[in-house]
Amino acid sequence: MDMREKIRVENVTKTFTVRDNTQKGAVKQFTAISNMDFAVNEGEFLTIVGPSGCGKSTLLDLLGGLSTPTKGRILLDGQEIKGPGLDRGTVFQQYALFPWKTARGNIEFGLEAKGIPKREWREQSDHYLELVGLSKFADRYPHELSGGMKQRVAIARSLAFNPDVLLMDEPFAALDAQTRETLQSELLRIWEKTKKTIIFITHGIDEAVYLGQRVVILSANPGRVKKIINIPLTHRLADADIRSNPAFVKARSEVWNYLHELEYAGQYI
Amino acid sequence: MVAISKQVKAARKFNRLTLEPLLSVQKLFKQTIIILLFLAVWELAPRLGLVDAAFFPAFSEVATAWWNMLLSNELFTHFSASILRSIAGFGLAILIAIPLGLLIGWYPLVRDLFNPILEIFRNTAALALLPVFILFLGIGETSKISIVLFACTWPILLNTIAAVRNVDPLLIKSARSMNISSFALFYKVILPASIPTMFTGIRMAGTGAILVLIAAEMVGAKAGLGYFITYSQYNFLIPEMYAGIVTISILGLIINYSLLSLEKRLSRWKQDPTE
Repeated sequence: MDMREKIRVENVTKTFTVRDNTQKGAVKQFTAISNMDFAVNEGEFLTIVGPSGCGKSTLLDLLGGLSTPTKGRILLDGQEIKGPGLDRGTVFQQYALFPWKTARGNIEFGLEAKGIPKREWREQSDHYLELVGLSKFADRYPHELSGGMKQRVAIARSLAFNPDVLLMDEPFAALDAQTRETLQSELLRIWEKTKKTIIFITHGIDEAVYLGQRVVILSANPGRVKKIINIPLTHRLADADIRSNPAFVKARSEVWNYLHELEYAGQYI
Repeated sequence: MVAISKQVKAARKFNRLTLEPLLSVQKLFKQTIIILLFLAVWELAPRLGLVDAAFFPAFSEVATAWWNMLLSNELFTHFSASILRSIAGFGLAILIAIPLGLLIGWYPLVRDLFNPILEIFRNTAALALLPVFILFLGIGETSKISIVLFACTWPILLNTIAAVRNVDPLLIKSARSMNISSFALFYKVILPASIPTMFTGIRMAGTGAILVLIAAEMVGAKAGLGYFITYSQYNFLIPEMYAGIVTISILGLIINYSLLSLEKRLSRWKQDPTE
């Protein structure tokens, strides 16, 4: 595998000014992320798992260019991220589909944002609808789709403008277990097909181990990288019951131990 | 199998010929029964002497008066005077209040500056200002259109501001992550997301337009339904007066239904809460 570095998070700290409840009208600094440092390789599927308060959403906003680090910097292909861009596509937990646009319309929104000529929209949206298995639902509005279908549309929309990196913020957290498992394997299939770099944030240990080639474990208050674990699984899709595979079980318990070490240390409840 | 499919076909035919017309008759009955009852009471109460027929003529008399006015073109004169005024005032209010509301809703500074004055105006009953309008603009068309414009502006303006402020932040975030320009964000996200709430204001304004206009016409006018009702009352043309009132109901229904169908067309994507 090509091990070229795609994204580097370099000693990133992010602080916010928040209200101080102990004194009226006073403010204080709140550190959401402290000295975070890791890199993502090109074409890698990296999952990030951590307890609440570990700064997952803050990290994703920084990667998306929707906010800037207080200290440190984030590099994409060696260039510092200065704002949002179509080289990154974001998939949100709550789908964030435009309710006044059909499934196709939502996908074409991304194409339009990229400045792709209108005559090519149809073909491209057809292609991505088929990729996520929704060809028959092209003209449905979001409220006419199930949660799983909505998230498929959101994934298709983010893929349609062909970003190098896919940022996913707990995309399957709101789905039922069955749909979640289906979408997890579909995402792996799409990843193998498109060779995108994926950063996937989750709070599910199973999900993190199943999807990620590496799992970044965060600790909370402030968010820090606690440990990065390699997951030595290959051919996840070929093994129908990968979750019973000894390598999976071992990796899962390793992640679990790191996460719960924090709990026993009383760092968070 | 053949026998079964024949039976199914026969049952379908039976449904189509017998059941479906029956169901639509039932639906029509449900929708009209109370109205028919109301008209029956209206017809019978004066005839049976339950109310004074001089003040409350039977429905058939009102209908006759209405019909005669329709034939003599009198009704049309007043109806068109009223509807032109309300459409002019209402239309101008939309043209002014929607862009202004979008602006105020979008820029926090503009919002903070305008908020106090908006609070004062929204709480001032438009009709209380009628004497002021007449004082400045006379009793011609200008004062009537202006007061309708004034009354319609506030619900549209305030709902447009609220609509822009309440656009789902996640949609904005999602659009911004696609690096679209501020103008595109406004035009392609804020505006369509605001339409349903904006329409609430527009419908409220539609109702308000009629109310204020009729009152204004009652105070001083030479034509219009409000004028016609007071004129009939002074001249003791009681069936004609009721015919005028009925016409106002019809005007209100027309405006409300046209706005509803427009709203339906513009927000087809919205989930029907009754579904």
